Amino acid sequence: MLDDIAIRVRQNVGIVTAVLLFSILYLLYNLSHPKGFSSAVLVQNGDEIFALAMLAMAQTVPVLASGLDLSVGAVMTMVGCFASYLLTGAAGGTPLHLDIFGLHVGLGTFPGGVSGILLGIVICLATGALAGFINGCVVVYGRIQPIIATLATGAVYIGIALFLRPTPGGKIDEDLNWALTNSLGDFAATVHIFDDGAASWFAPVAWIPVPFVLLILIALLVWVPFRRSVIGRAVYAVGSAEGAAYMSGLPIDRAKIAAFTLAGFFAGCGGLFLAIQTSSGNADIPQAGAYTLNSIASVVIGGTSLLGGTGSAIGSIFGAMILRVISFFFRIFDIAPLLQPLFEGLILLAAVSIGALGVLRVKNTLELFR
Amino acid sequence: MSSASLSLSRDDRPILIAALFILVILIAGTVYTFARFGSAPLLSPTYLLQQLQIGAFLGIVAAGMMMVILIAQIDLSVPWTLAAAAMMATSIGGPLAIPVGLGVGLLVGLINGVGVAYLRVPSMIFTLGVNAVMRGLMVAHTGGYAPQTGATDLMRMLAGDRTLGIPNALFVWIAVSVLVTIVLQRTTLGRYVYAIGNKEAAAYLAGVDTRRITVICFVLCGLAAALAGVLLAGYSTKAYQGMGDAYLLPAIAAVVIGGTNILGGRGRYLGTLIGVVLIVLLNSVLSIMDMPEAGRQVIYGLVIIFMLLVYGRGERVTS
Amino acid sequence: MSDAVLTQSAFLTLSGISKRYAGVRALEGVDFACERGKIHAVLGENGAGKSTLIKIIAGVVQPDAGTIRLGGSDVSFATPSAANAAGVVCIFQELSLMPDLSVADNISIASPPRRFGLIDARAQRRRAEQLLAEIGCEDVNPLMRVRDLPLSRRQVVEIAKALGKKPQLLILDEATSALTSADVEKVYAMLARLKAEGVAILYISHRMHEVEALADRASVFRNGRHIETFDKGKRSTADIVQLMIGRDIATQYPPKPAREVPKPVLDIENLSWDRHLDRISLRVGAGEIVGLGGLDGQGQKSLLLALFGVLRGVSGKVTIEGREVRPGSPAAAKSVGIALVPEDRKTEGLMLPMSIADNLVIASLDAISTGPLVDRARENEMIKRAIARLQIKIGAPGDAVSTLSGGNQQKVVLAKWLMTDPRIILLNDPTRGIDVGTKQELYRLMRELADQGAAILFYSTDYDELIGCCDRVAIMYDGRIVRELQGDDLTETNIIASALNIDAATPGAVGAAHA
Repeated sequence: MLDDIAIRVRQNVGIVTAVLLFSILYLLYNLSHPKGFSSAVLVQNGDEIFALAMLAMAQTVPVLASGLDLSVGAVMTMVGCFASYLLTGAAGGTPLHLDIFGLHVGLGTFPGGVSGILLGIVICLATGALAGFINGCVVVYGRIQPIIATLATGAVYIGIALFLRPTPGGKIDEDLNWALTNSLGDFAATVHIFDDGAASWFAPVAWIPVPFVLLILIALLVWVPFRRSVIGRAVYAVGSAEGAAYMSGLPIDRAKIAAFTLAGFFAGCGGLFLAIQTSSGNADIPQAGAYTLNSIASVVIGGTSLLGGTGSAIGSIFGAMILRVISFFFRIFDIAPLLQPLFEGLILLAAVSIGALGVLRVKNTLELFR
Repeated sequence: MSSASLSLSRDDRPILIAALFILVILIAGTVYTFARFGSAPLLSPTYLLQQLQIGAFLGIVAAGMMMVILIAQIDLSVPWTLAAAAMMATSIGGPLAIPVGLGVGLLVGLINGVGVAYLRVPSMIFTLGVNAVMRGLMVAHTGGYAPQTGATDLMRMLAGDRTLGIPNALFVWIAVSVLVTIVLQRTTLGRYVYAIGNKEAAAYLAGVDTRRITVICFVLCGLAAALAGVLLAGYSTKAYQGMGDAYLLPAIAAVVIGGTNILGGRGRYLGTLIGVVLIVLLNSVLSIMDMPEAGRQVIYGLVIIFMLLVYGRGERVTS
Repeated sequence: MSDAVLTQSAFLTLSGISKRYAGVRALEGVDFACERGKIHAVLGENGAGKSTLIKIIAGVVQPDAGTIRLGGSDVSFATPSAANAAGVVCIFQELSLMPDLSVADNISIASPPRRFGLIDARAQRRRAEQLLAEIGCEDVNPLMRVRDLPLSRRQVVEIAKALGKKPQLLILDEATSALTSADVEKVYAMLARLKAEGVAILYISHRMHEVEALADRASVFRNGRHIETFDKGKRSTADIVQLMIGRDIATQYPPKPAREVPKPVLDIENLSWDRHLDRISLRVGAGEIVGLGGLDGQGQKSLLLALFGVLRGVSGKVTIEGREVRPGSPAAAKSVGIALVPEDRKTEGLMLPMSIADNLVIASLDAISTGPLVDRARENEMIKRAIARLQIKIGAPGDAVSTLSGGNQQKVVLAKWLMTDPRIILLNDPTRGIDVGTKQELYRLMRELADQGAAILFYSTDYDELIGCCDRVAIMYDGRIVRELQGDDLTETNIIASALNIDAATPGAVGAAHA
């Protein structure tokens, strides 16, 4: 029994390290913060962490299949721009039209109110998944390497985002914005459940920020079942040894497509939240690029190997949180804004080089070449 | 007959197809301009030379990037290496401007090389970190603004002026191209590069110093990025924030469109050259058509996918 | 043109099977049959078509022509899982395990036990324990990642995985090559059980004594054709070899010259490394072929790697022709005249997608270049000489080396090193997976090189080879050299006894099965 626990810990060293590191950092942060350990700070942190955490989860899945998705930032941006049209929540609905090649095409009215919002959310998430599905098809049926395939599709998705929102704009229903970016109590009050959040049994959890709840829900309801499913395990198998996976009769193509589709879905979640949080759709190319690259860093810091086969989206979430917490530290210690990028860069470089310590201990140099 | 490429047809196919596509772009663009303006600027040598002059910067970056991609690595620190070289060159000024700029590229290349070859950190993530550090350094150094000092006369001459009617930048690009071609086709370094890109373990066991070669490739890439930065600063007469960001993805795309395998070990420099020309001409045609950024991005992405589909794809993994 | 017995009781019948790979005829008009409850050996050189035959039966590749009948009905397997579904299970030479997944995951990879649509980890673990127990290898913990297991345990997992698919027809392709002799016994017992249950078993192995011990029937293939099928005991080993090669083999090994004490070239003193090498002391003289024997994993490969500079933290003294050397890398080893033909030619010896020419010169580029530039004329000349000397059968030097057969690939590896004019040649199991004809060529070449003054250190898992080729054999056990055998002492009995670290003089100590 103890044997088994030892084995499991040894196999998950990367994730455990990330969790520990994050815990220590976050503890230090709250200790140093004048208003540390308060709900307000927690809520603010949650809002700032969610999108990157979702993109880190998104990046994890193709990486596990020994691929890479350079379009996650673009998918996030594109879905956000869609959301800025569909989630206005206006009472009479939102009239939609298409302005293309000089033609003005009316698309009818998108429903408003709560049903409109729910429909809008579903459509946005489906769009993210669809974008991921297309990525998967290009990689599998086009037989193009993931780096290049997603580089190209990312350009297309950013183009679509720019088409939707050449300049930042749009609107998100205020209640939706308030409900999702604050604590559970505020959520309950906005949605009018649990006595508008005042129910006594509800009090102990009313302070929990909604973004964290969403994160946990998505991880539990989407990632964990996926990981334990046959197709999820096939993703790990493909990343570990694709030839052996084929010989074992695993559905390699389906696994890869599933991996990219799930990535698109998670990226869509991130984009949806970002739009709701900023109450607008913004086709910001540099931001998309930064999110993509940070998602890769989060995956590495979270203990997943870029070679595929080992790791977990949970680790990547903690990797994202570590990255974000580091930037929080800059705020507290009042580091000159001019020096912040330098520190961020140095810490990122140090974090990813830590794995290099293992190299020094290698006794058979052939192991360095996989 | 021993060549560093597999066999004639396999590596030449992408080059021929890319060249064909360039013709298609030129024809389509000319048809458009004729219909709309009644003229054919795309076919005028002045216009083409000017486009190639701008393309020289991308071309030099792509040449360096190819060296790294051939050994199955990637260099994401190009954007801020380019910018840092430009900024340092303009800050220092005087006769030391260009050497200092190139020195920046050399230094970054060394750091990248050590991180990837000796510390065995995956190049994607290490160069990403280095890029962030370079950005941090430049932001701290310049105070977040574009440096006040401008480019030196030499820089401006190299990038902006013409000799015998041909832009100097083009000559620099040609010189870089000749150098890269000689290295890859005729030197032992070139052979080692292809060997490492194909199977580093086998090259190592054959007595090749794979770490040193890896460092050399990253140094070459850093130098190329720095050279492009210095020239770009000369062309624009000053350096500015984020000047290198627009060069990373197109450089990678150019290398891949030219037939180089993104996983390393295969590809000819001529392909990269043609890939750069293709991207530059595509950009200029889209400019002439007044295509908004949205359309450009979509077309850019679709072109890459289309070209790769046409080239013949990777093998199916069976056993 | 075969004696294949197409009886009513045949379980698997192949008729007229043909397969071409880019102009190379892998199989031509093959008729083949095997019965239930029998172990049927498939013999032949590499390139004879055995692998292709197996892959077709197992659903990995499709035949160009011909039919397959299984249990009375026509079948066609588009994928390995289709074959599995029909009860055809194959244990391949290259393992089909995913290193980063656990043993339990690997064993139940294709159709795991499920609960609520998700994988039932506990049931899966119990299943793994059960299957491992059936082979008698309960020591493998199902939670372990396959990557963390030694090769012999991985093969055990592979076998358990195959067992779990409830085979009607079980194919073993060199499935026991890395097992310890104790495990091999367990596998034989398992095969006997399956035989009794009526499972048809196809067995590919290059080890004649294994085949003789196990097979009820054997079929010989040559050049893509089925030559003959015969029952146990009907043909002698010499006959079989002749059928496989198609020509008469008088002697297998070149004669060993009688010599006085040779001049020492390589002197190893108290070499130690990690836990794998323990104060090794050995001398190899000019013109000597010294073999390394013993069970798998006793440090033989580590010794070769240590001499070649691949290992870090090696202590001890290595002297070459009187001068001490400390190779810290393969490049350094090469510069003092050491060459290593590595264990896995596909991933360590060759750059497969590159041309034969490029692979041949990669270790000698400094010698054929003036300054940084390569001298193409000299290069072409050296390539031609190398191909001629080793008689490598190729289409053109510009062809990819992946188009060559295993034996010719190994020749390219050897030729690459001979170009560097080495004084000391280290060979890491060079004849594994090589056809008999090429093996003999390699033996002759080794003796030739020795006669020209090279010192050769030769690790082999084949005792016959060690006895046939080597002047002296050092048996290793647990990282130490326990005995050196030469002359009349160099017998299989002594090798096995030393390998098991048993004093040969002890009666009853010998008799353990040979692997």
